[in-house]
Amino acid sequence: MQRHIISILIENESGALSRVAGLFSARGYNIESLTVAPTEDPSLSRMTILTSGSDEVLEQITKQLNKLVDVVKVVDLSEAAHVERELMLIKVRATGKDREEMKRMADIFRGRIIDVTESTFVIELTGASAKLDSFISALDAGLILETVRTGVCGIGRGDRILKV
Amino acid sequence: MISGAEIVIRCLQEEKVDCVFGYPGGSVLHIYDALFKQDQVKHILVRHEQAAVHAADAYSRSSQRVGVALVTSGPGVTNTVTGIATAYMDSIPMVVLTGQVPSFYIGQDAFQECDTVGITRPCVKHNFLVKDVKDLAITIKKAFHIASTGRPGPVVVDIPKDITAQMCEFDYPKTIQMRSYNPVVKGHLGQIKKAVQILQEAKRPIIYTGGGVILSDAAEQLTKLAHKLNFPVTNTLMGLGGYPATDKQFVGMLGMHGTFEANNAMHYADVILAIGARFDDRVIGNPEHFSEEKRRVIHIDIDPSSISKRVKVDVPIVGNVPDVLEEIMKLMDGGFKTDPDVANWWKQIDAWRGRDSLRYKQSEHIMPQYVMEKLYEVTGGNAFVTSDVGQHQMFAAQYYKFDKPRRWINSGGLGTMGVGLPYGMGVLMANPDAQVACVTGEGSIQMCIQELSTCKQYGFPIKIINLNNGMLGMVRQWQEMFYSKRYSQSYVTSLPDFVKLAEAYGHVGMKIEKPEDVEPALRKAFTEHKNDLVFMDFIIDPVANVFPMVAAGKGLTEMILAEDL
Ligand SMILES: Cc1ncc(C[n+]2csc(CCOP(=O)(O)OP(=O)(O)O)c2C)c(N)n1
Ligand SMILES: [Mg+2]
Repeated sequence: MQRHIISILIENESGALSRVAGLFSARGYNIESLTVAPTEDPSLSRMTILTSGSDEVLEQITKQLNKLVDVVKVVDLSEAAHVERELMLIKVRATGKDREEMKRMADIFRGRIIDVTESTFVIELTGASAKLDSFISALDAGLILETVRTGVCGIGRGDRILKV
Repeated sequence: MISGAEIVIRCLQEEKVDCVFGYPGGSVLHIYDALFKQDQVKHILVRHEQAAVHAADAYSRSSQRVGVALVTSGPGVTNTVTGIATAYMDSIPMVVLTGQVPSFYIGQDAFQECDTVGITRPCVKHNFLVKDVKDLAITIKKAFHIASTGRPGPVVVDIPKDITAQMCEFDYPKTIQMRSYNPVVKGHLGQIKKAVQILQEAKRPIIYTGGGVILSDAAEQLTKLAHKLNFPVTNTLMGLGGYPATDKQFVGMLGMHGTFEANNAMHYADVILAIGARFDDRVIGNPEHFSEEKRRVIHIDIDPSSISKRVKVDVPIVGNVPDVLEEIMKLMDGGFKTDPDVANWWKQIDAWRGRDSLRYKQSEHIMPQYVMEKLYEVTGGNAFVTSDVGQHQMFAAQYYKFDKPRRWINSGGLGTMGVGLPYGMGVLMANPDAQVACVTGEGSIQMCIQELSTCKQYGFPIKIINLNNGMLGMVRQWQEMFYSKRYSQSYVTSLPDFVKLAEAYGHVGMKIEKPEDVEPALRKAFTEHKNDLVFMDFIIDPVANVFPMVAAGKGLTEMILAEDL
């Protein structure tokens, strides 16, 4: 079972997302995270799916995705050099001496505090998913009020370009 | 400017659609009105929407054209789902036009609203909801294009009622380009060369072909190639007729109820040339057992996702089957030699053939196998045979020798009981002069029995061969063999008098109870009653089972033969 990041260019039609999600559930493939938004060409959406499976399963996933009529292109980003990022917003309790501690932790992880109240901070953190995980485990669990993550998105390095 | 409803009909005319199978209702009233005002596109009024889709499906299966169904929103659509899924599993090109509530009502739980695109999504090749009358013609064009190209399949076009009332210019595109949909058609030459090399090295080869050969109209090329190679050929249930069953290189159908020789040849082959087939679970039995033998596999298919899905393939060739076969033969002309060891392989195959695995014992009852043999004789092997699902389906597949493609019309992938009668209607619309036999069972026929009324209205002279064992025979067979004869709900009681039932619908009914009456009754039905629908109720041996059989979980060579019992 290997972790794979699949990037998909798909016609920006209503229902496109449900075709992809439906394919994964119908065939029993994993979706760990899924992100989607229009590209610079608004008629196309780009989807990033974090999945896992054996080589055979991954081969089927890409073939089945390619078979969807709305799908224009599919690549397995993790097959070659790529960069990946995920964004997290995390709301923490920040009172008394914790306030200073939270600010220090955010700095260490290169997070930014983007909302401040008397008792809470919202910290924005971007990075590879593992970095977001370690930030969460570095904090005192009792102080975490809420987290939200976008899921992974990624892009090939250098000349690896996914375009129509 | 013409209305959306008129656009729908004009599109059908442009696509040279000569008939649609349908059932009216609120959301499609405008379309039915437009249909009324012309006579180019004929409409066949079924008695249940499921039958409309099955008939359209068989229209496609039995011709090289695309069948069309037209139904109303809500229950009209939900009634089609079985038919759409049936066509999808067997990759049958088909366009289903569905009415939808007016677009401004969508999402409000309007009367007869359902999420058609959502409900059908997992069982269509593609589907569309038309949101603007300006998109209507191009969407229908796309639907026909997608349904009939690449690996074919059903396409649903959902059309809200208000759109069928709106006015618009009509301009039907001649061709269509879609950046997201460009199926590969030409096989990779390098791979084809590799394949030819392997075929030349093969000592124990088999050509294993499926529905893809029929769908791509490659029967002629397949026969030529097989003769050049002098390799044995086996067909899947879906592939029957893709290679002439009476040819001496044909070893019969393979799989769960395949012949002894076909299953052994497939298992022990050192080279498998798979063409338009997908190694499904009913074909190869237990995959672990199947993979115990070392062999090389060449797989030709239009759909890349069918390749290496269940069995690892050494030489994948994605492309249109007839073209790839032509390429192979071209390369073979450069001095191809079949390995001399293939002669020994034929000896082995003949030894397997010697087991005569389709032998059966006559009894005082009518044996279903016997009815199939007589049906074959009486129709001269020229009938279109539609079938339902169960033991009778397997008997038809085993004992009716199909020499031509598109003559064997059955639900292989989904295994849908009830298709047989509406399939007969679809076959007759595509082939008006054909002899059509619907081989069915007393269980299956009752799932779409209402179509006897449609058959009366349009004069479809289908010969219904009801192999009546008073049992859900295929279920009973499994219960007998694997559930210690606990016949849970497989016995059909309170059967109607089928002769009277046929007569009530205005048809001819016959009840046949003795073996010696089988042939005369069939002759009578196909001559004297050539133009009538004849319901032939054959009271058969209630406990006849289908053999050979590869039980679920068993290997392909671990067959139970009739002689073992
Ligand atoms: C719609 C549907 N429901 C259930 C089944 C499961 N099933 C497969 S064969 C069979 C029995 C069919 O009985 P009959 O039509 O009398 O044929 P026989 O096997 O007796 O020849 C059943 C219930 C099915 N294939 N399709
Ligand atoms: Mg029965």
